[in-house]
Amino acid sequence: MTKFSEKDVLLRIKDLQIQGYSEETWIDIIKGVDLTLHRGEVLGLIGESGAGKSTIGAAAMGYARDGTRISGGSIEFDGMELTTATEGEKRALRGSRIAYVAQSAAASFNPAHKIIDQHTEAPVQYRIQKRMAAQEDAMELYERLRLPNPGEIGFRYPHQVSGGQLQRAMTAMAMSCRPDLIIFDEPTTALDVTTQIEVLAAIRDIVDQFNTAAIYITHDLAVVAQMADTIKVLLKGEEVEQASTEQMLSNPQEEYTKSLWAVRSFQRDQKSRPTDGTPPIISVKNIDASYTGSAKVLDDVSFDIYPGMTVAVVGESGSGKSTTARCITGLLPPSKGEILFKGEKLPAKYTDRNKDQLRQAQMIYQMADTALNPKVQIHEIIGRPAQFYSGLKGGDLKQRVDELLDLIELDPAKYYYRYPPELSGGQKQRIGIARALAAEPEFIICDEVTSALDQLVAEGILKLLDRLQQDLGLAYMFITHDLATVRSIADEVVVMQQGKVVEQGPKDEMFTPPHHPYTDLLLSSVPEMDPNWLTTLLEERGVDNVGEAADVNQDPPDGKAEDEPTK
Amino acid sequence: MGDLTRLVLKRLGYGLLTLLVVSILIFFAVELLPGDVAEAVLGQGATPETVQAMRDQLGLDRPAVIRYLEWLGGAVTGDFGVSAVSGDPVMRVIGARFVNTLFLAAYAAVIAVPFAIFLGVLVALLRNSVFDRVANVMTLTSISSPEFFLGYILILYLAVKLPLFPAIASLSGDMSFGDLLHRAFLPALTLVLVVTAHMMRMTRAAIINLLASPYIEMARLKGVKPWRVIVKHALPNAWAPIINVVALNLAYLITGVVLVEVVFVYPGIGQALVDAVAKRDFPVVQAASLIFAATFILLNLAADVGAILTNPRLRHPK
Repeated sequence: MTKFSEKDVLLRIKDLQIQGYSEETWIDIIKGVDLTLHRGEVLGLIGESGAGKSTIGAAAMGYARDGTRISGGSIEFDGMELTTATEGEKRALRGSRIAYVAQSAAASFNPAHKIIDQHTEAPVQYRIQKRMAAQEDAMELYERLRLPNPGEIGFRYPHQVSGGQLQRAMTAMAMSCRPDLIIFDEPTTALDVTTQIEVLAAIRDIVDQFNTAAIYITHDLAVVAQMADTIKVLLKGEEVEQASTEQMLSNPQEEYTKSLWAVRSFQRDQKSRPTDGTPPIISVKNIDASYTGSAKVLDDVSFDIYPGMTVAVVGESGSGKSTTARCITGLLPPSKGEILFKGEKLPAKYTDRNKDQLRQAQMIYQMADTALNPKVQIHEIIGRPAQFYSGLKGGDLKQRVDELLDLIELDPAKYYYRYPPELSGGQKQRIGIARALAAEPEFIICDEVTSALDQLVAEGILKLLDRLQQDLGLAYMFITHDLATVRSIADEVVVMQQGKVVEQGPKDEMFTPPHHPYTDLLLSSVPEMDPNWLTTLLEERGVDNVGEAADVNQDPPDGKAEDEPTK
Repeated sequence: MGDLTRLVLKRLGYGLLTLLVVSILIFFAVELLPGDVAEAVLGQGATPETVQAMRDQLGLDRPAVIRYLEWLGGAVTGDFGVSAVSGDPVMRVIGARFVNTLFLAAYAAVIAVPFAIFLGVLVALLRNSVFDRVANVMTLTSISSPEFFLGYILILYLAVKLPLFPAIASLSGDMSFGDLLHRAFLPALTLVLVVTAHMMRMTRAAIINLLASPYIEMARLKGVKPWRVIVKHALPNAWAPIINVVALNLAYLITGVVLVEVVFVYPGIGQALVDAVAKRDFPVVQAASLIFAATFILLNLAADVGAILTNPRLRHPK
């Protein structure tokens, strides 16, 4: 804290209280948080979902989202009290002196206008620059943020630009009026690790260059360690502790903070393939696949999954991980190649498979929220596959559902008649697991099952999956882009890129050099807790050699995975 | 743009197919009506011989399928046959009247569409204010009152008590355009009142639906003024549903205005259709129905294409 002096205070929030409207009453969601930010300081706000990070971020702009209200405390921005300011006064600050970078640039750019039109809107409105000057400035910012074709990219529509590029364009837009403060609300959460690096590097550079103060909101500790001077930990609308980044990482004071830091510790022993000639439970042989009328999305994919083992399939979005899963389940018949189950060929289309074959291809989805019908009770969600595959009825069915609920560690007496919206994210994901188990499969596909969950909750799910594997001898195909998860539970790893398998093998080998260049890129792109990680990495790779640039360098000229625009 | 042209052609193809099915339905539905032209025209005093003679003359005894194909062949070339009552070609009976109907519909649409969209944007901006409520109640009242009632109210106040406009909108060929507008003002105003509410409420709903989008929040956090958030950021993304409702209302303006025509004695196609039904003038009924069906199909096609054109993803492919 010695770096900043009292006269440099830009934002001072005192005893902030915010309420949210829910079930016809106002509930406190922020319960008296203090925050002081100096010019040029980057403050990291971290916590699980529901901790109130984003709400505080919006409040720093004097903005309360629909259904919330600022009910107490004071927010003083550069001498101006925002809680009592008029709408017009607050609006005059937004965009010009305080800017906002949202989580999903793809959703936060207006699809109907060109990027540069949205960029120049604020400077033109505030009469800081004329339209043409603002346009020139935008191109310069694009160049500083290392966007490809800075002179041209702004004239595209948002859907014509990839997610990582959009996120940088949004950072450029936030910079358009050279604000004193930028709120970054989880700006890299939706991105792949390789793309995340370039966005992080770009944000850090630009904040440095213009000495902008920033509030950096995230749930990823390793990311915040790279970005922030100071870290504040939040839990359920209250501050847990605050300290400088180094101090927070080396010497956290509170139990909760320590538990967050320790989260990546779960690891189980690696198993190896059976040596007694047992056939693989699922064998993917040379499959090609494409969606109607488009180019091949899978190109000669082959790998085996042996009984009782966990095979992690990793790669960036668009690399064909989920498409492979769709081929195995028969939802998307491959155009070439075949899927073997215990050495026997499975019909390509799920409609041609018999019950016993269908039973073997169960899935657990990333979004438990949308994968469970909100109007159906838990016992029915789990009971239906039990009824369909095992023909259970009446008392037997109820007993089976109780058994399954016990397996996923939810009390049957309490959850039997509940509806999905009454459950938390982690509980919903457990129901998803129970539904897959109800078919009594020997093999389950887990598609990014922990990506949408907070770290502590995700850890619980991983432990549960591991226990079920030991008890029931299940084999998992574990699709993920999170290499920390791979490290903790995988036995074997398959690395995919642009629809091809680029490397595969036992986990310990995959995590020891030498790697395939793409595996290396993936591995080295995972943020680490060391606050100097990003700096070191950028020095090693060279500033112009991260993310997309790195991709382009190691690929043949025609293949640019990252240039694929967001769908 | 190649994709777009192909899409439009495909839709047009489907439209023609639909029209073919509709033509079958129209022809055979009319066949199902009791009695035929010969009986209707000759009346109760006719002898069986004269009825039979007329049937022979009109070819009514031949199988329905043959007559349908003949009729369809004629319709494709714009020949809908001859009116069974007057003996004039059908196109001469309803052609001029259809033009009148189109004139009235265009007159009403030119006022109603911009007015409704402007009002919709305004109530979306001032949502939940007194103005929003009042505008909603007023437009709902006008849409819930029968057209003929609205028409008579307008006649009472704007033609009888304050003689500003003629109560009877009869047109003749030698009137100037200004005269035409003056003559047709009251029926057009009635139609405006009837169709505005629907379009306004859809505009309001489509815009408000988008206000929870992240890009709207982004615009607000950029300090964009509220009216600009609505007009610049929400409206361009709300066109698809609005265009669809506009097209439905335009179709109504052409095909659903019989009552207004009757009230104002306006020589439109709706009246011609009602007359033809009463007189069992089947060729006219069939032709008018087919024109209505084509209008509906064309306008819906136009709405689809319009909705596609407002989507930047389709206008500017990757």
